[in-house]
Amino acid sequence: MAALTDLTIAEARDQLRARKISARELAQAHVSAVAKAKQLNAFITETPEMALSMATASDQRLKAGDGGALEGVPLAIKDLFCTKDVLTTAASHILHGFKPPYESTVSANLWKAGAVLLGKTNLDEFAMGSSNTTSYYGPVHNPWQRRGDNRPLVPGGSSGGSAAAVAARVAMGATGTDTGGSIRQPAAFCGLVGLKPTYGRCSRWGIVAFASSLDQAGPMTRTVRDAAIMLGAMASHDPKDSTSVPRPVPDYEKALTGDIRGLKFGIPKEYRIDGMAPEIEKLWQQGIEWLKAAGATPVEISLPHTKYALPAYYIIAPAEASSNLARYDGVRFGLRIPGDSLDGMYENTRAEGFGAEVQRRVMIGTYVLSAGYYDAYYLKAQRVRSLIARDFTEAYKKCDVILTPTAPSAAFAIGEKADDPIAMYLNDVFTVTVNLAGLPGISVPAGLSAEGLPLGLQLIGRAFDEETLFRVAGVVEKAANFTALPPGIS
Amino acid sequence: MLIDGKTGTWELVIGLEVHAQVTSKAKLFSGADTVFGAEPNTQVSFVDAAFPGMLPVINRFCVEQAVKTGLGLGAEINLVSIFDRKNYFYADLPAGYQISQYTRPVVGKGTLVLDMPDGQSRTVGITRLHLEQDAGKSLHDQHPTKTYVDLNRSGVALMEIVSEPDLRSPEEAGAYLKKLRAILRYLGTCDGNMEEGSMRCDANVSVRKQGSKELGTRCEIKNVNSVRFVMQAIEYEANRQVELIEEGGTVQQETRLFDSGKGVTRSMRSKEHAHDYRYFPDPDLLPLVLDEKWVAGLKAALPELPDTKRERFIKDFKLSPYDASVLVAEKEQAEYFEAVAQGRKDPKLAANWVMSELFAVLNRQNLDIARSPVKATALAGLLDLIENNTISGRIAKDVFAEMVESGKDAAAIVEQKGLKQVTDTGAIEKAVDDVIAANADKVEQIKAGKVQLIGWFVGQVMKGTGGKANPGMVNEILKKKLGI
Repeated sequence: MAALTDLTIAEARDQLRARKISARELAQAHVSAVAKAKQLNAFITETPEMALSMATASDQRLKAGDGGALEGVPLAIKDLFCTKDVLTTAASHILHGFKPPYESTVSANLWKAGAVLLGKTNLDEFAMGSSNTTSYYGPVHNPWQRRGDNRPLVPGGSSGGSAAAVAARVAMGATGTDTGGSIRQPAAFCGLVGLKPTYGRCSRWGIVAFASSLDQAGPMTRTVRDAAIMLGAMASHDPKDSTSVPRPVPDYEKALTGDIRGLKFGIPKEYRIDGMAPEIEKLWQQGIEWLKAAGATPVEISLPHTKYALPAYYIIAPAEASSNLARYDGVRFGLRIPGDSLDGMYENTRAEGFGAEVQRRVMIGTYVLSAGYYDAYYLKAQRVRSLIARDFTEAYKKCDVILTPTAPSAAFAIGEKADDPIAMYLNDVFTVTVNLAGLPGISVPAGLSAEGLPLGLQLIGRAFDEETLFRVAGVVEKAANFTALPPGIS
Repeated sequence: MLIDGKTGTWELVIGLEVHAQVTSKAKLFSGADTVFGAEPNTQVSFVDAAFPGMLPVINRFCVEQAVKTGLGLGAEINLVSIFDRKNYFYADLPAGYQISQYTRPVVGKGTLVLDMPDGQSRTVGITRLHLEQDAGKSLHDQHPTKTYVDLNRSGVALMEIVSEPDLRSPEEAGAYLKKLRAILRYLGTCDGNMEEGSMRCDANVSVRKQGSKELGTRCEIKNVNSVRFVMQAIEYEANRQVELIEEGGTVQQETRLFDSGKGVTRSMRSKEHAHDYRYFPDPDLLPLVLDEKWVAGLKAALPELPDTKRERFIKDFKLSPYDASVLVAEKEQAEYFEAVAQGRKDPKLAANWVMSELFAVLNRQNLDIARSPVKATALAGLLDLIENNTISGRIAKDVFAEMVESGKDAAAIVEQKGLKQVTDTGAIEKAVDDVIAANADKVEQIKAGKVQLIGWFVGQVMKGTGGKANPGMVNEILKKKLGI
């Protein structure tokens, strides 16, 4: 029998319901795995006692036959979700010692479904980054390594701790948040399935805000089915979030029929960017062949405003962030560095509390919203955003889903792109358009690079059509038969 | 008002921005309470304190109040409006931004009619009304070196109501504030209580040569908290600007504060208002979209407002425009008057009693009409006794004083003290005879043509009857007996 930590969520769920395994032993196996995987630095806070006591309660519910959809499943939660009485840092020094007196809606939904909390995972500070190197708590290591090269690699970001924990078989699944690619890119770098749902599908209430109009929570798992199960529990209409959408949550698992005959999938010509690695190009072509073989038809489509997406994103996201992060002022919670005046305290606290990348984005955001620059930057970026959304609307007249690579490269070494923020921002080139348009996107592990690192393919769906995404993702997953494991995991 | 300067006559141009706290049990974007005067930081939700991950949700009732106010000002209601963030750092602004409405307010252009003391009216333009959150309060006097912050007010809904620069004198500014307050109170959308800060005013003041069409450079006087202070501040500021210009200076556009102790306006340090607020649409909130039918329903259900009530009082109760304006100025006052006047042959009697006797008592005791010691039904009872000749108007004043004192009703007092008017002809004739007999000299004079002495005779008879004789009958019998 496989180790408990190798089970998928679906397998664990079935065995727990059949009482073949107990939630307590499942939790214990994962708690031990967490303790052994410290070198990855995937967690900011570990909660072994909570995990065990939640598992004990799960066992009682399972015994009584009223377990929820995720009853007894040990999960890791990105440390951007507020968890009641459990340290919540956003990987920033500015939230030093902050224990929220409330629970985010998404994590509350997961606990209601019976899930078990293993701990809070590391991330780029305030989710700003694509490599998980901007965390106050240090970088996360990708469990994967290049063949014959033991330099530590980045897990991607910003949900890097979540990705590393799930890839290393330390958690069965994890929550991420995705503002420009922060779920899908680390999922691709770590050989996982990562879904960014439609904007409004999951409540943002209780998630530390980065860019409110782009942020969306989603699952990171080892299989498509696990992602479907997790999203079903995470999603809800939440009256506390005005941007959450009052639509019933479908049974996503039911969408996994494997049947995509007659489906049309779009291949956006603008995504063939200069300098894209040939192996990425090859993987993309492979994806097209898989879907064709399953009875779907490729359609060439055009998303003409793609080239403006990254600049627009790097105006809108910092603009919102500069305002969202104004509340970290040392007055009411978190870090306070005294000063000789109110302004002095603000300056000391924010200089000490925010890292370089956060400061850079706060400054960019403040600049683009300033009088005299607003029209040229923020307003223009919003217009670009509308055009990008229109590109997709037009495209979906011709196809049902869009297939693209997830990221332009495989995982890179820690420090490799540290001196060039623009190169780092390019990681998001295939993913940001999806956030700007508010659409759902999923990354599915599809193959290995020449160096033996995972590569992902991205599927982009119509708004609130996560079901089609899951169905197509399931087909890609089956065809790719991605069975490779990070070194040291067997 | 015009200012006679050394170089000519100057005209004032004034526009007012009023911040009116929306009457609502809960805040604009959170469910926290809004009661005034609670212990510090007891009415604060995590949203009001801007904790991480907290999100605003619009309070439908506050929107309804703003729309009602807009309708009450005869203004355009914008079916789509946007909430923006106004960004600035201050210790009592927890989020580092205030949620307000910048480019697309919920209410557009409207009007307000001023009733001036000379009976004239003037129409003033309303530019817009928008919804926004209040900030908390910094308490600088609780500790020698620290500032404390009370967030009870943080997130409370305000309506910012902006007038056109149509006002021309401190008096008009005062009349505008009073009228606006009356409308808000009639609508029940703001209690208008300036002492408790639920209505605050910023005044934009500039001056120009009489006849000029150009606007001068304006100064904004911030946060003035009484009608009287607004008027004083404008008067001071206008004179300051005229003197400054006439001495060769120029007015700097700036924010000033009114020092009510010294009666002067002072410039705020420029640092405090050199803000770039970086407005942008709040991504946490969807555009506010109103249903046309819902707005129409609110419009249909609006209460009668002061201008309409005033017209009705003039028409139905034959009041003078001045009396009608005074009575409708406060909703409770108008309701009181109407309760007393309703169904009365002489509604003017009710107006006189309310405006003279009752108001005098209320002023003396510093009470508002809701806490009047004499309720409307009691005053109506007293006027009934006058109208059916049970007591005279003079006796009625004594009875009224007794009513104020004891809280008893008029009929009981009249009964108990035996104040019922004497209408028995025989008794009055006897009293008249007694006075005529005792004053032969005066009878001579009156018969010789000094008819105005009749008043003296009436007084004597009234005195003889302890004031209870019916004055009309006394007059009539006297004239008959004296043959005039």
